[in-house]
Amino acid sequence: MSGKALLRFLTCGSVDDGKSTLIGRLLYDTASIPTDQLATLERDSRKHGTTGADLDLALLVDGLEAEREQGITIDVAYRYFSSPRRAFIVADTPGHEQYTRNMATGASNADAAVLLVDARKGVLTQTRRHAYICSLLGLRHVVAAVNKIDLVDDAPAVFARIEAELRAFAAPLGFQTLAVVPVSARFGDNVSAPSERLSWFQGPTLLGWLEELDVSRDRAAAPLRFPVQYVNRPNVDFRGYAGTVASGVVRAGQSIVVAGSGKQTTVARIVTADGDLAEAQAGDAVTLTLADEIDIARGDVLCAPETRPEVADQFAAHVLWMAEEELLAGRPYLMRLGTATVPVRVTGIKHKVDVNSLEHHAARTLHLNEVGFCNLDTTAPVAVDAFADFPATGSFILIDRQTNATVGAGMVSFALRRATNVHRQAVTVDRAARERLNAHPAKAVWFTGLSGSGKSTIANLLEQKLHAHGIRTYLLDGDNVRHGLNRDLGFTDADRVENIRRVGEVARLMTDAGLVVLCSFISPFRAERQMVRELFAPGAFVEVFVDTSIEECIQRDPKGLYARAQAGKLKNFTGIDSPYEAPLTPEVHLQTQGHTPEEAAEQLLALLGL
Amino acid sequence: MSKLSPHLRQLEAEAIHIIREVAAECAHPVMLYSIGKDSGVMLHLALKAFSPAPLPFPLLHVDTKWKFRDMIAHREAIAARHGLDLRVHTNPEGIAKGINPIVSGSSVHTQVMKTDALKQALDHYGFDAAFGGARRDEEKSRAKERVFSFRSAGHVWDPRRQRPELWNLYNARVRPGESLRVFPLSNWTELDVWEYTRAENIPVVPLYFAAPRPVVRRSGVLIVRDDDRLPLEPGEVPEMKLVRFRSLGCYPLSAAVESTAATLDDIIDEMRTSRESERAGRLIDTDEAASMEKKKREGYF
Repeated sequence: MSGKALLRFLTCGSVDDGKSTLIGRLLYDTASIPTDQLATLERDSRKHGTTGADLDLALLVDGLEAEREQGITIDVAYRYFSSPRRAFIVADTPGHEQYTRNMATGASNADAAVLLVDARKGVLTQTRRHAYICSLLGLRHVVAAVNKIDLVDDAPAVFARIEAELRAFAAPLGFQTLAVVPVSARFGDNVSAPSERLSWFQGPTLLGWLEELDVSRDRAAAPLRFPVQYVNRPNVDFRGYAGTVASGVVRAGQSIVVAGSGKQTTVARIVTADGDLAEAQAGDAVTLTLADEIDIARGDVLCAPETRPEVADQFAAHVLWMAEEELLAGRPYLMRLGTATVPVRVTGIKHKVDVNSLEHHAARTLHLNEVGFCNLDTTAPVAVDAFADFPATGSFILIDRQTNATVGAGMVSFALRRATNVHRQAVTVDRAARERLNAHPAKAVWFTGLSGSGKSTIANLLEQKLHAHGIRTYLLDGDNVRHGLNRDLGFTDADRVENIRRVGEVARLMTDAGLVVLCSFISPFRAERQMVRELFAPGAFVEVFVDTSIEECIQRDPKGLYARAQAGKLKNFTGIDSPYEAPLTPEVHLQTQGHTPEEAAEQLLALLGL
Repeated sequence: MSKLSPHLRQLEAEAIHIIREVAAECAHPVMLYSIGKDSGVMLHLALKAFSPAPLPFPLLHVDTKWKFRDMIAHREAIAARHGLDLRVHTNPEGIAKGINPIVSGSSVHTQVMKTDALKQALDHYGFDAAFGGARRDEEKSRAKERVFSFRSAGHVWDPRRQRPELWNLYNARVRPGESLRVFPLSNWTELDVWEYTRAENIPVVPLYFAAPRPVVRRSGVLIVRDDDRLPLEPGEVPEMKLVRFRSLGCYPLSAAVESTAATLDDIIDEMRTSRESERAGRLIDTDEAASMEKKKREGYF
C-alpha cells in the first residue's frame, strides 16, 4: 500500500441493520476473501445461514462460536482489506445495547464511522445512541448507509425521509462531514459499484466515499505533547525518554518543559534505531535525550514552554461507564491518562445524558453503558488537555482497583482548578486532618476468636480489599508483634494481658496516624478487650467476633497446636486448658462455618462502610 | 524511517508503542519467538524500540522437537547475532510419553507440545506478560483479539471477559497468577509483514523461498519430508518439487505450496495475486470451524 493513507473506520447501527453483511460485502467485492475461507463460508452458510441458497456474508465476520450460534455480533472484530486506492481497517461493532462499550472501543480508534440504518425501520433508538457515542468519542466523519433499500417500495421517498431525519438529529453532534447513501449490502447495490436499481441516487458509492474521505487532521500543527512512556537507561552514559509524539512536532535543540514540575531544558537528540532525527512529529515513536539531567519519569508530559497543558487535580469530563457494577461517587479508581496512572475519585455527577434525546438528567450514579458529565479529583496533579483539542492527552480510562477491570472511559472537557494555584492553608496536623488527607476515617478493627478460627485469614483478605479501595491499612497480629515488640512475653494470663495492652496502645497510635488498623489476636478475656476499646473514640473501635466452634478449630488445627495441647505438650492453650470468653455484644459477629473466608471478608467490608 | 511507506511507518510506530508499554508496565515480560516471519518482524521492532539499549526482556521458544532443521539453525543464528537471552523449552512430560505429530495426531501433539509446554514455561519463569506475533487478519477468532489480551489464572482466555481497549490506553494491570498476551502486530496484514521485511532487510528462514524440496502429497496437501522420522506409506516415494511455505510450524503439520517465488520481491508479487489464506497450510486449524477459538481458550497463542 505504498504511499496510500490508511483509513480506520467502524460500522455501527441497530441490531439486524446488516453491519456484518455489509463488511462481508466489502471484503467480497474487493476480492479480500481467500478461496479457502470462501469454501468454509459456503459450508457455514448451509449450516447457520439466514439467506437461503445464497452466501451469508455476515458469517465471514461473526467469528466467535456464540456469535455464530446466536446470529449476532458480540465483540469488536477487526477486518483488513484494500481497494486499489486505499487500505482499510474496519472495526465491526455490536449493535445490542449491552455491548455499547464495545462499540465505544471501536469508535475510539476510528477516523470515520459507517452508520447503518435499515430502510424499512428508519432511524431507531440505537441509531441515535451510536451516532451520539461516535460524536462523544471525537469522530468527525460519518457516512450513514441506508441498507436493505431493495426491500422498500418507493425507495427515493423513503431515503429522502430517512436522510432528513438523520440530518436533523445529528446537527447538534458537530460532525464535520455527514454523508447519506442508499445500499443493499446483501445484493451489493451501491456498495462498491453504482447500481442500475438505484439510478435515482446521484451520490457516490459507499466505498467511493470511503476512498475519497480526507481525515488528515493536522495533528502536527497542534502544540507539542510528548508523554514520557519509558525511561531508557541502559548505562550511565545514556538516559533517553522513549515515547510517541502525541501532537505537534519536536525538534532537536528546542526548549521544552516538564509540564508537571515546570523544569526546563533543551532537546539534545532525537534518537531512533535508524539514526538521529532533526525532528519528529505526531505519531512517531522516538527516544529523546535532554541537555540537562532533570527529574522525569513515566507519566510526565514534555511540551514547549509557551504552550503548556493544564496541570490540574480537579477537572470535568464525560465518562462512559463500561462495568456491570455501577460507578460509585467517592470510591477511588485508577485513572490512566496519557502514560500517567493516578488514583482518582468521581466527586460528583453533574448530570447524565439521555443518549436517545441528548437531554440531561440528574444522577447519583452511572450504570453500564450510561454517559455522565462528572467532576473528578486526582490524588496528584496531572497534565491534561481538553479532549476536543488534544485527543491523546484529553482521554482516559478508569480501572477498578480490586479487579483491575477497565470500567470507564473519559473525555476531559476542562480543568476545574489549576493545581499550581491552590492555596494550601496551614492546619494543625491531627487525626482529623490526616483522615481528610486519606479521605477515609481511621479505625481499629479487632478480630477475636479461638486459635484456628480464621481471624488472620479473614483479616488478610479484608486488608487486601481495603487496600484495593485506596484505604491505608496496617495488620497487627501475633506474628509481627510477638517476634519483636512482645518478644519478652509468654502465654501466662498476665503475659496475655500485657500483650493485649501493648497491642492496643500501638493500634491507637496507628489510628492517630490515620490508618485503618486490623488487629488479629485470640484476646480471650473480655476485660482486656474492654480496656482496649476504651482507648478509642466512640465508633473508632470495631470488635469482630470470629465465631468458630472449638470442635471445628480442633479439626482444622492449621498449625498442629491443638494436637500438641491435647497431648499435654503445650500449656495454657485457649480452649483446651485456658478459657475463652466470647464477646457479648461485638459490633460484628461472624459465623464462619458454612461461609468462606472470602464471604466473611466481603460481609465485613460492607459493614465497615469505609 | 524515510524508506518506509506512510502506512508501514504508522504500523511500526504503533507496534513500538505497544512493546514499550509492556516493558514499562509489566514486571516480567517475555517475547515468544517462533522463528517465523512474524516473529522476525516483532523482534526487529523490539530491538528498534529500545535502541541503543539491548532488549530489556528475554525471548522464549517452545520447541516441539518437530520444527524444520532450517528453523532451528535460523533461531541460533539470530540469537547469536543480537546477543539475545533466548530460553528454549520443551515439554519433558510430552517427550517422556513419546508424543509426536505422527502417532499422537495433530491435536494431541499441539495441546501437549505447544499449549501445555507454553504454560509450563510461563509458569516456570513467572512471566506476567508474553508477546506474540499473531495478527488479526489470520483467522476469525483472532480478529476479535485485544492487543493486550487478559488471561485469568491458568492462562484461560474468556472472550466475554476481555477488557474494553480504548485509544492507546492499554490496561496492563494483573493480579498474581493472571497474565497478559500482547500482540504488537495486531493490525498488520501478511502483505504488510512481507513489505516491512523487505524494507527493513530482516532475515527470514529460507523455507519461505521456493526451492526444490522432497515432498509427499497427503490428504491433498504437500508435506516436505524434513527428516526420516516421517514414515512413508506403502508405495509412497517423495518427489522433488519447487515449493515454499507461507506459514511455518511443525514440519509434518505444515503444508507447502507450489511456487516459484525465490526472492522477497517474488513473494510480494505472489502475495498480491494470491487468493489462498496463509493458515490454509496449517493443518491444526481445520479440525472444526471454531478450532482456533477453542485452542485459544485453552491457552494456545
